[in-house]
Amino acid sequence: MTGARQLPSVARAIVAGDRRALARAITLIENGDASAAPILKALFPRTRQVPIVGVAGPLGVGKSSLLNLLVGHLRARGRTVAVVAVDPSSPFSGGSVLGDRIRFEGRADDPGVFFRSMASRGAAGGVAAATLEAARLLDAAGFDVVFVETVGSGQVDVAIREIASTRVVVLVPHLGDEVQTLKAGLFEIADVFCVNKTDLPGAEHAQRDLADLVAMGPESSGWKPKIVGTSTTAPSGISDLWDAIDAHEAFLDTSGTRRAGERHRLAMEIVGLVRDRVGRELTDQLEHDPDLRRLLDQVVARDLDPRTAAERLRPGPHRSS
Amino acid sequence: MTKTTAGSKAVPIRVLIAKPGLDGHDRGAKVVARALRDAGMEVIYAGLRQTPEEIVRAALEEDVDLIGLSILSGAHMALIPRVLTLLKKNKAASIPVFAGGIIPDEDARRLRTAGVRAIFGPGATLEEIVSTAQKLARSAA
Repeated sequence: MTGARQLPSVARAIVAGDRRALARAITLIENGDASAAPILKALFPRTRQVPIVGVAGPLGVGKSSLLNLLVGHLRARGRTVAVVAVDPSSPFSGGSVLGDRIRFEGRADDPGVFFRSMASRGAAGGVAAATLEAARLLDAAGFDVVFVETVGSGQVDVAIREIASTRVVVLVPHLGDEVQTLKAGLFEIADVFCVNKTDLPGAEHAQRDLADLVAMGPESSGWKPKIVGTSTTAPSGISDLWDAIDAHEAFLDTSGTRRAGERHRLAMEIVGLVRDRVGRELTDQLEHDPDLRRLLDQVVARDLDPRTAAERLRPGPHRSS
Repeated sequence: MTKTTAGSKAVPIRVLIAKPGLDGHDRGAKVVARALRDAGMEVIYAGLRQTPEEIVRAALEEDVDLIGLSILSGAHMALIPRVLTLLKKNKAASIPVFAGGIIPDEDARRLRTAGVRAIFGPGATLEEIVSTAQKLARSAA
C-alpha cells in the first residue's frame, strides 16, 4: 500500500484535491511529456474503478446538453463528477475548437465538478490518446463518476469501448430506418441507448426500432441494452437515463463481468503502450541505424519486399543482420 | 501554432475564448476562435454570458496558456479587472489575458496598466490577433 508521503509531490497534490495540479497533469499526458509517467504510476494503485461512462453518438444529437443535465442530477444527489469532453483536431492545421463547455452551466464554485475539454490530436475512434489516462487520474483524484464525451461519432468510432465501463449511445429520431441499427459498429457497443429529443416527432418510432434490435441481439454478456428517451429542452428522462447507467454498473458487479471487462481493457492498454514504444523505437532506428537504413534502401530499390524487411526488424539493441 | 516545451517538443497552444457579462454579440469571439484554430491552436470556446468566476475556473481546469475575452456591453471596466484579480487570487496571474471589443482608448490604457496584455478594437485584423496571441503564449510558456 502506498502511503501519501511516498507519492511524488504532484500526485500528492492531486489526491489532496489540488485542481490545478490535476489540470496540469492532464496536459502533461496530452503532450506525451515524460513527467506524466511517474504521476500515473504512483496514482494507479489509488484508482477505485469508479464508473467511467462513455457518451457516444453522432454530432448534434445532444451529448453535451445531456451531460450537463446528468451532472446536475448527480450533484443534487451528492455525487462528485468529472467530465472529459473530446472534440476533433483539424487534420489540416492541428488546431481545434473545443465547444462542449458551452453547454456546461455555471457551477463556478462547486468543487464537486471538474470539466476538461480535450482535442483528439489525430487519434481515430472518437477519443484522444490521453483520454484513458486522464479518466484514470480523475478517478484517483476522488471523483465518484467520470464521464467521457466522445467526438461526434461516425459508424465505427468505437474506441470508447476500451475506456468506459458503461457506454451510452445517444441517437435522435429520423437517423435512418431500422436497417441502420443492424449495421456493425456504434450500435454494437451500447449498454444504454438514449433517444434524445423526444420532443421531436418520430421518437417513438426510433425507440421501437432500437427495441427490435435489442430483442434480436445476442446477449453474450447477459446484459440487455436499455433504451431510454430523453429531452434536454424541457428536461425529461434524465433520471431514467442515469438509472439505466447505474443498473448497468450494478450488473457489472453482480455478474462478475466488471473484472473481466477491466482485465480486457488493461490488456489492450498494455499492448497499446508496447506497440507505441516499439513503433517509436523502430521509426527512430530506421532513421538512424546504418544497418536498417541499408535494409530500407534495399526495399526502395525493389531488392527486398516490405514483408520480408518487417520480419527482419526487431526493436531494441538486438538488431537485424 | 504550437509552443515548445522544456523537452523541446512542439505542443499546441491552448487558449480560452470567453465572453464575460451579458451582451449577446458573439460573432467576433467566434471569428477569433476560428482564426486561432486555423493557426493550429486548441481553442476552448466557453461562449456567452460567463461570469469572471466561471472564466477563471475554466482557465484553470483547461490549463490554458492564454485567455481571450470579448466584450461589447460596456461593462469591461467591471468585468475584466475582476478576471485579473481572480487569476491573481488563484496564483495564475502568469496566464496572459487579451481583450477585444468596444473599449475606449482611456479605458484601454487603464486595463493595460491593470495587466491586460493586449486590446483589440473594431479595426484589428485577424493576422494581428493571431500573431499577438502566439507571442503572448510563447512569453508565458
